[in-house]
Amino acid sequence: MKTYTNPVYAFERPPELDGAVVRRPVVIVGAGPVGLALAIDLAQRGQRAVVVDEDSTVSVGSRAICYSKRTLEILDRLGCGEAVASRGVQWHVGKVYFKDALAYQFDLLPDPGHRRPAFVNLQQYHFEERLVERARAAGCELRWRNRVVGVAPRSDGVRVEVETPEGTYALDADWVVAADGARSAVRRMLGLESEGQVFRDRFLIADLHMTSAFPTERWFWFDPPFHPGQSVLLHRQADDVWRIDFQLGWDADPDEEKKPERIVPRLRAMLGPDARFEIEWASVYTFQCRRMKRFRHGRVLFCGDAAHVVSPFGARGANSGIQDAENLAWKLDFVLRGRAPERLLDTYDEERVFAADENILHSTRATDFITPKSAVSRTFRDAVLELARDYAFARRLVNSGRLSVPAVLTHSTLNTADAASGSAPWASALVPGAAAVDAPVRSARGAWLLDCLPGEFTLLAFGDAVPADDAAALLGAAVPCRVVQVGGAACDDAVVYAEDVDGLAARRYDGRPGTCYLLRPDQHVCARWRRFDRAAVEAAIARAICNA
Amino acid sequence: MARLNTEPNLPSPDDFYERLIDMHRGLDDAASARVNAKLILLLANHIGDDEALAEAMRAARGDAPSP
Repeated sequence: MKTYTNPVYAFERPPELDGAVVRRPVVIVGAGPVGLALAIDLAQRGQRAVVVDEDSTVSVGSRAICYSKRTLEILDRLGCGEAVASRGVQWHVGKVYFKDALAYQFDLLPDPGHRRPAFVNLQQYHFEERLVERARAAGCELRWRNRVVGVAPRSDGVRVEVETPEGTYALDADWVVAADGARSAVRRMLGLESEGQVFRDRFLIADLHMTSAFPTERWFWFDPPFHPGQSVLLHRQADDVWRIDFQLGWDADPDEEKKPERIVPRLRAMLGPDARFEIEWASVYTFQCRRMKRFRHGRVLFCGDAAHVVSPFGARGANSGIQDAENLAWKLDFVLRGRAPERLLDTYDEERVFAADENILHSTRATDFITPKSAVSRTFRDAVLELARDYAFARRLVNSGRLSVPAVLTHSTLNTADAASGSAPWASALVPGAAAVDAPVRSARGAWLLDCLPGEFTLLAFGDAVPADDAAALLGAAVPCRVVQVGGAACDDAVVYAEDVDGLAARRYDGRPGTCYLLRPDQHVCARWRRFDRAAVEAAIARAICNA
Repeated sequence: MARLNTEPNLPSPDDFYERLIDMHRGLDDAASARVNAKLILLLANHIGDDEALAEAMRAARGDAPSP
């Protein structure tokens, strides 16, 4: 590659090769985006995980390139949001072409008053490098060239056998998290399966280095003249690298299609005879939509691609994996500290299986639109694309990937339902289960509302809803809950005060004087009320950690 | 309760039918299929009622009407 050289992380001799086995609270298998995010989150909570990875570098090739707003917000909490966002390329316009003409375009630009854009594009290797830096700064123990060769579950923990260039050793862990990718070795060693659908199609992805006049937009072609009958995606990454994704069909020969003499003519046909480009990296892949039946198996938990895989349309792979990690981190911490029973980890399975099914559904539908499976399916697809030029309703049917948004965990057993009656109805999408949304504020913790939610239970209270002694009692409880007061009069030290500078927090949360939202450590709403009631808050916290 | 009106509802059935057939005049099978698909999509959007559309799809396939 011209624009990037993979770093080589040194192997360091693990102390276990020379001495006794020390029991560890958490061993994470896999130092990809998901394993690293989990390790950082745990470290910020005071849990020092050991991360083992068979390789000695970050991703080879650009792989996951679209990181969603929610991912960036999670990384903000993990202390590396700015490092990733500022390295990436922002885009918000998507154009969809059918044959030789524009069918329609969309604009993802959200309302103003959010810190992060809908997406940034960044090569996975850059993304992982930032997370490695942050993980080291946070005190995570990263062990490169440490390959897991055995996993032996026990009643109160797991013994992991690890092979290194200097010998094999054992690690005893209270909990093992498998974040070791779609071909998870841990899953295989435990004899577990990931089940689902393989799509009979092949795609060529090529990264080009190109200083061209293409704007920073997502361009998707259905059946273009330069690649008849198939689809093509063009997307910009950092460093003038462009991702081009050619649908090839099932009969394509993956080894042949990877050769430059096959790739270059396709690119020439697409980019024109004068375009100057160099191929950075190319790969041919098929994809699948599948998941494990359960993500918790005793003391082994599965995250990210190890637990579930989707097609790439919609950017739901890495983004959902990062959400897995944030869902799991606080629950593991609570169980390790004895603040919550082990069954809290069953709700990791419950909530993230629900999210995986949502992602698989969206991804399968996009795939069926992009690769029609029958003549009539293609007829309808083409009819939609033709109508989309003239009719807004048809644009809503075009599906080149429904882009990743955080799962709303509406049915989670950790939620406390809204009061059935007796208070004002909610003019806000922030139902119990939804991830908190941002708003500009002025506070001691930062200029954004999400800065005020750094990873503990938080009661977001509008106006002078919470008396000072109640705020102090909530903060001093066995499971501390910090009150963040939005607006209202000045308040005491137990409370973080946030001034709603543009009134957007009140609008987005339908926050009226007295309104309270209880947010979990992963910033998901788990209860809300129109009037503060300490006993209700305490009961909702107990419910949210399976202590009810 | 059925949402799909299957009682006679067209004001001039013969005119409608003639128009429907005329819509395909001069088209080959592929073009006709495309026009039919567009017609279905336009009408489905106009109806805008998931249950009525699902009933129509069941009826079109010849499945037993829902009770």
